[in-house]
Amino acid sequence: MQLSLTPGQIIEKTVREEWGRILASLVKMLGDFQLAEDCLQDAVVSAMHHWGRNGLPNSPAAWLITTARRKAIDRLRRDKNAASKQDEISYLLDLENQTMGETETDVFPDKRLEMIFTCCHPALEEKTRVALTLRTLGGLTTEEIAGAFLDRPEAMAQRLVRAKKKISLAGIPYAIPDGDVLPERISSVLRVIYLIFNEGYSATAGDTLMRSDLSEEAIRLARIVYQLLPEETEVSGLLALMLLHDSRRFARVGEHGQMVALEEQDRSLWDSGKMREGSALLRASLPKRRLGPYQLQAAISAVHAESPHWSQTDWPQIEALYDLLYSIQPSAVVRVNQAIAVSHARCVEVGLKMLNAAGHDGRLERYQPFHAAKADLLARSGNLSEAAGCLRTAIDLTENDLECAFLQAKLEKLGGNGPHQ
Amino acid sequence: MQYMCLIYSGEGTGPQPDTPEIGAYMQAYGAFTEKVRADGKFVGGDALQPIATATTVSVRDGKTETMDGPFAETKEQLGGYYLLDCADLDEAIKYAAMIPTATHGRIEVRPVVVWDN
Repeated sequence: MQLSLTPGQIIEKTVREEWGRILASLVKMLGDFQLAEDCLQDAVVSAMHHWGRNGLPNSPAAWLITTARRKAIDRLRRDKNAASKQDEISYLLDLENQTMGETETDVFPDKRLEMIFTCCHPALEEKTRVALTLRTLGGLTTEEIAGAFLDRPEAMAQRLVRAKKKISLAGIPYAIPDGDVLPERISSVLRVIYLIFNEGYSATAGDTLMRSDLSEEAIRLARIVYQLLPEETEVSGLLALMLLHDSRRFARVGEHGQMVALEEQDRSLWDSGKMREGSALLRASLPKRRLGPYQLQAAISAVHAESPHWSQTDWPQIEALYDLLYSIQPSAVVRVNQAIAVSHARCVEVGLKMLNAAGHDGRLERYQPFHAAKADLLARSGNLSEAAGCLRTAIDLTENDLECAFLQAKLEKLGGNGPHQ
Repeated sequence: MQYMCLIYSGEGTGPQPDTPEIGAYMQAYGAFTEKVRADGKFVGGDALQPIATATTVSVRDGKTETMDGPFAETKEQLGGYYLLDCADLDEAIKYAAMIPTATHGRIEVRPVVVWDN
């Protein structure tokens, strides 16, 4: 594979891989997101030119950061307020002299953790956090991010510019948060990564190829955070969860592109490498006894991964894990999933009772998985006509074409006649 | 950096005058002011009279127009402010969360513009 890459592609790949680390370091050095990004962009343009002619340098990252720093000096000197930038300029010139001849790893410290906390700061809108994280840490272009979120590139570019302005004007710090707010800020980071993953995984709309790239990107981001915060059990929990979900990527889609339920998946298509890695992460984090929603969801996913066949699923274990999950995250959504587990672990009737109790106050009226789960349990209890009604409601609530077709096929199986109006 | 913490709440929400709760509430404000002073963060701060006392002024075509009432008829009204000198937004958020009204109203945190020269 490597051999078939053109020099241009190799450069692109290298830049992409190094982007986050270099940008993070430049932001720290320059104290300005926009300036750092502009200078790195300048350096990349130079790289395309020089590397294309002379081949890759020994350390592409060191080359890029040195070039970007020189570009920064140029830009600061050209600035109309150059007089007021003298301090920054002499600081950069000092750095330039100091780092001559040092090896790549000494040249710049890793500031990616500081950067991701800034990008995922709760003072920014959630969609902005996602976009900014993909741009700065993931090195995706504005066009790529706009494509993934079905936005116009100009709108996405504006969103990113506004975010960088707010970071600078509102004084959003570029630092690892203090201990008392750290847990809450880590969960904000994890939420952003999980949103990116789900955007790729559940494909609410848009180009499917691009979407699966987002899942890969989320896993890559989680690996970076895990590497930087190895002791945070929810970080490894999220990484494990995403690996375990992603291991089923090829089994989830049938030969005609249709959705395949867990029950019917060909388990030989599951990626055993990802499953092993996910399970190993969990085995390392669970004994630390700092449980959280990501670890528990990963543990549930791992039970499926360890089961050779749907019929051999350890449902009592899954029910117990949902119990624990509900105790720390008491949401109706968790209850729905728990009811499904109960219907298998004990009997359909008990599961149905739990499901109806979860939906009694009408909060789940617009929640499609609730109706889909209810249809499934009703059908298994022999109540086919009510099951068909629930499936119709679920179909009405579904925007995704693949999921719609999936539910429609179920409805036809029930004999609940074909498409409805 | 200086941050303006604008204190908003719906009139009639929170502890009311002549109730047992008001004493503790005023004391909490006193303690907060003391804390930001002791921490070297206090630049200024005041409470405002209720919106019934507000007058809105505008000048159009050289003519001054005055109107009874606040500029915006919203449920939550500006009731006071603190101007704090903080290292960054995280510190400003930390202090804003300690303002007693934050538990029933909202605090809007706005950085103050620093003019070049």
